[in-house]
Amino acid sequence: MIPANFTYHKATTLQEAIALSGELGEEAKYMSGGHSLLPMMKLRFATPEHIIDISKIQGLSYIKEDDDLLKIGGLTTQTEIEHNALLQEKYPIFGDAVWLTADPSVRNCGTIGGNIAHGDAANDQPALMLALRATIIAEGTDGKKEIPIDEFFHGFYMTALEQGDILTEIQIPKARKNSGGAYYKMERKVGDYATAGVAVHIELDDAGVCTEIGIGLTNVSAVPMRLERGEAFLRGKAVTDALIEEVAQMASEDCEPESDLRGSEAYKRSIVNTLTKRMLNKALERARQ
Amino acid sequence: MAKHTVTMTINGESVTAEVDSRLLLVHFIRENLDMTGTHIGCDTSSCGACTILIDGKSVKSCTYLTVRADGANITTIEGIAADGTNHPLQQAFHDQHGLHCGFCTPGMIMRSIDMLENNPNPTEEEIRWGISGNLCRCTGYNNIVKSIQQAAKEMQQEKEPTV
Amino acid sequence: MFSCKTSPEVGGMGHSVKRKEDARFLHGKGNYTDDVKLPGMLSMVMVRSPYAYAKIKSINKDKALAIDGVLAVITGEDLAQYGLHWMPTLLSDQQMVLPTDTIMHQSQEVCAVIATDRYIAVDGAEAVEVDYEPMDAIVNPYKALDEDAPLLRPDKEGQKDNQIYHWERGDREKTDAVIANADVVVKERIHLPRIHVASIETCGCVASYDKDTQKMLIYLTTQAPHAVRTILALVAGHVGLSEEKIRIISPDIGGGFGGKVPVYPGYVVAIAASFLIGKPVKWIEDRSENLTNGFARDYHMDCELAATKDGKIQAFKVSTLADHGYTDSSANPSKYPTGMFSICTGSYDYEHAFAELDAVYTNKAPGGVAYRCSFRVTEAVHAIERMVDKLAAEIGKDPAQLRFENFIKKDQFPYASPLGWSYDSGDYEATLKKAMDMLGYDDYKKEQAEKRAQGKLMGIGICTFTEVVGAGPSKDFDILGIAMFDSAEIRVHPTGKAMARFGTKSQGQGHETTYAQILAEELGIPYTDIEIEEGDTDTAPYGLGTYASRSTPTAGAAAAVAARKLKEKGKKIAAHLLEVSEEDIEWEVGKYFVKGAPEKSKTIQDVAFAAYTNIPPGMEPGFEATHYYDPPNLTFPNGAYICVVEVDEETGAIDVKRFVAIDDCGNIINPMIVEGQVHGGLTQGIAPAMYEGIEYDDEGNVLNGTFMDYLVPTAVESPHWETGHTITPSPHHPLGAKGVAESPTVGAPPAIANAIIDALYPLGIKHLDIPITPAKVWEAIQAQKAKA
Repeated sequence: MIPANFTYHKATTLQEAIALSGELGEEAKYMSGGHSLLPMMKLRFATPEHIIDISKIQGLSYIKEDDDLLKIGGLTTQTEIEHNALLQEKYPIFGDAVWLTADPSVRNCGTIGGNIAHGDAANDQPALMLALRATIIAEGTDGKKEIPIDEFFHGFYMTALEQGDILTEIQIPKARKNSGGAYYKMERKVGDYATAGVAVHIELDDAGVCTEIGIGLTNVSAVPMRLERGEAFLRGKAVTDALIEEVAQMASEDCEPESDLRGSEAYKRSIVNTLTKRMLNKALERARQ
Repeated sequence: MAKHTVTMTINGESVTAEVDSRLLLVHFIRENLDMTGTHIGCDTSSCGACTILIDGKSVKSCTYLTVRADGANITTIEGIAADGTNHPLQQAFHDQHGLHCGFCTPGMIMRSIDMLENNPNPTEEEIRWGISGNLCRCTGYNNIVKSIQQAAKEMQQEKEPTV
Repeated sequence: MFSCKTSPEVGGMGHSVKRKEDARFLHGKGNYTDDVKLPGMLSMVMVRSPYAYAKIKSINKDKALAIDGVLAVITGEDLAQYGLHWMPTLLSDQQMVLPTDTIMHQSQEVCAVIATDRYIAVDGAEAVEVDYEPMDAIVNPYKALDEDAPLLRPDKEGQKDNQIYHWERGDREKTDAVIANADVVVKERIHLPRIHVASIETCGCVASYDKDTQKMLIYLTTQAPHAVRTILALVAGHVGLSEEKIRIISPDIGGGFGGKVPVYPGYVVAIAASFLIGKPVKWIEDRSENLTNGFARDYHMDCELAATKDGKIQAFKVSTLADHGYTDSSANPSKYPTGMFSICTGSYDYEHAFAELDAVYTNKAPGGVAYRCSFRVTEAVHAIERMVDKLAAEIGKDPAQLRFENFIKKDQFPYASPLGWSYDSGDYEATLKKAMDMLGYDDYKKEQAEKRAQGKLMGIGICTFTEVVGAGPSKDFDILGIAMFDSAEIRVHPTGKAMARFGTKSQGQGHETTYAQILAEELGIPYTDIEIEEGDTDTAPYGLGTYASRSTPTAGAAAAVAARKLKEKGKKIAAHLLEVSEEDIEWEVGKYFVKGAPEKSKTIQDVAFAAYTNIPPGMEPGFEATHYYDPPNLTFPNGAYICVVEVDEETGAIDVKRFVAIDDCGNIINPMIVEGQVHGGLTQGIAPAMYEGIEYDDEGNVLNGTFMDYLVPTAVESPHWETGHTITPSPHHPLGAKGVAESPTVGAPPAIANAIIDALYPLGIKHLDIPITPAKVWEAIQAQKAKA
């Protein structure tokens, strides 16, 4: 398996990358970690004429809290996320997800920006971004833009990023007191794409009432999916087992999985139900710690 | 078809070459440099037979463009121990019968070097997850786990200062 | 128990000496086929069919040939000029090298592109334009026998339908009668799906023809270099490639498991290309090509097991439909088209059995290739072991107890099985007992009862299998007429060091160590002083190769017998040196001594030196021996495996909590290596039990032709195996040894399946076919709920 011919370009600054993209046009693709795009090129599902390597751009790899936001640079690798002390301590949902994403060597290359920008509902990070209500920061020919995550995913491999845009940063509201998140996916074997996955982030007030909730689903719809109905239902309520059951039921109803090698539609709906319950409970447990 | 001049350090030696954009790093290492210890098993970054270290991190060289390695410091199985000697992982794989056909072994060892760098004293579960991107079809993994455990112990002892 | 006769330094049988072959692999200096680089070498890449069944209307080479560096595009028509477009399979069928008109399975080779390098060859293959006329493929083997099914193989003379053959063994009438009158009869249709061995090294070759010497040198990923050379000579002798002009070197092999026994079309095309072009040609499969080139298993077995109401087994009947794809490429002995499937009566003592099988063609890749067991023992054992468990469940008896009550007893060996085998030895009760003790069977039974009371799903599964390996005695066993002996050739040098060559070929089994240990055991020469060579047809003695766990039973035996021939010669030399008569010489490991005067002795090294320097008058100089070993019987390794699982009722997820494997492979040469073989085989047992299976859609498209979807277990899926042994020596093998490497692949799947089904039994689930995935478990649970 060998990719078709293309021309490689290395960008060392954001400006250079954007300018190159503007010059080369639609036949140019950015490559960061390369572990989504290059396999597709090797299988010749993708045959870009130009590859612009953005992995050498300095200053886009970081994890930090800044004012009210958690900021993660677009070129931060999955491995960096996995080993980051701040995330381990305050945002364990990232550890849940990264541990289940591909394998350690792939995670050494794969970036969080690439995982999201690829626009693949089978990737794990999009569900997290939905649950955590991330804002995507991108820069392109027309400058810098902020894209709320709910406006980011447009279709199968299609996102709000336009030709030339580079996903530079992910912004997530800083973890509040009494908040917690959790992610799990069923996979056929370790490193597989999800049969179905559920990300939950929940915030409670001192009385234990749910003040904010985010639920993102992996690989059960053409685009990464937010469980809006379940979130609206739970927001403002003291969470009980009975309510969790109801939300899980909504998740299994609202998702749009298709039967494939990973299982039947009915199976996937059932997995979404079970995982929604389990992740809500796990997130609650973390929120109450 | 664009050509690029790349310079990288491989196993301590500087290498400069002119390569096509699409040349995969595993082919550059195997065919241009004639170092055939790095293998190809799956083409889809699933099996890990092609694992090498780039700047100390394990990477699947079948899914890495050679041009991107310009300026990198690369280590392959041929470069982890001086001739006639064994890296603790090589010794441990021998001692614990951690290899049968040997095809996955270089990749398995290169991955383990990175793993032990980040986690010098892994549990069995951490080892199993740590090598989950490296397939072995012969050993059933029991003895690979034992090999890595042995090496971890030895490498830790090596690091401890001797009085 | 086995006690070592040699010191660890000598390293004879029973010592876990470390492997001699390790160093080159550990340092990246192994020499696998893709590592071979010859001057002027060209690269070959195949164009493959996107359709499962299609007419080829045209192949346009122009765009490919226009690419700089593409030298040739070879089609079936091109090969037909030399009569090389078809080749025989090992079982009197034939297979296309390249098609001239019809495609018979998806990803079949259509034509080959030869270029100056791999990258250009791939571009060339992309540029070849093939015009296909797709036809409706036969995917379901049951439909292959429909009256209106198209005749898939009109090329075969006299072929009127899609049945390849019918085979049967045993007494149908008596078996039917016993089943009809039995207290209890359990029935099941059991399918073992198509799987692929997926050795981490794919298949490939470098063919290099020298027009001056007319010699064809082929580096080949093969487990049977000598047999392949003979086949090539038979196929291509007419164009000048006669057997003495072909040299096959099987270099280091990155796992074989039987997948490197067949002759694949790519080999033949590369050889033809090198012959025509006069340059070396390399062809290496990519993973998708590898996963779609041929398959193991695919037996649909209708089983009936009859017993008395208290569980005494009386009769077993199995009727099988075998899906062979478009050609029967089984690598079986020619008198055994279904391999050793008639071992299906298992480890139990009963009188009546009948097995029959119908093999059919479908539009799939060639079937019958191995997966760490080519001779259908896996299918046979799965059938009987599932049925025994089903019987136990049916009559409410503990499955271990049921097995104890039905085992062939230790004193019944040699045991004549109802379908004609003579089991050599075993102590099935002791083996199962040991497994139960190691697991703590009774404790788990209690835990299971408690868990069930809480509504939790926990299962315990047993498999007590009997394997049949070491083919085989020449009166019954041949491949293409060649008797299935194997060989050893020993040379002891004047300094007392030795080299030995064999007709087999290791693919990771550690022959360079274990054969040296056999010679160390027999001769007392330290194993470190003995070099082992295999795989070069110009130098090694003829043998049938390494597969079907036959190396120890055949070549290992040959090594022992050849060593004993040497020892006899050595005795004469020792008598000469010690100036006594031969009758007065005795042997203990490593030296000859005078009876009653042990201080008067000569070491094997002294004797070897004398064989070249001071030979007795009239004796032929030198110290060499060769033996071609024709085994008197097969060997029957056996084992008892127990698996404990827990199942998550909500998700279907299966957690293998424990897996205990007790193997009895007779006397053990190297316990470390045997244990390693068992570990590996167990992982290749859990693989088909829970993860692997080639999936097709209705049009014959393979749905999981990469490692992203063909789910080879990682270290996470593979449990921490717990292993042990009982030792019941083979009475007929010179070392008392049996084969072992396939036992775990045979024994693990039914143990795992039995455990999962046992877990699900409270829900009313009585059978599931492998691979048993969480999705399959969940669907079965829903089906039960729907019924309720």
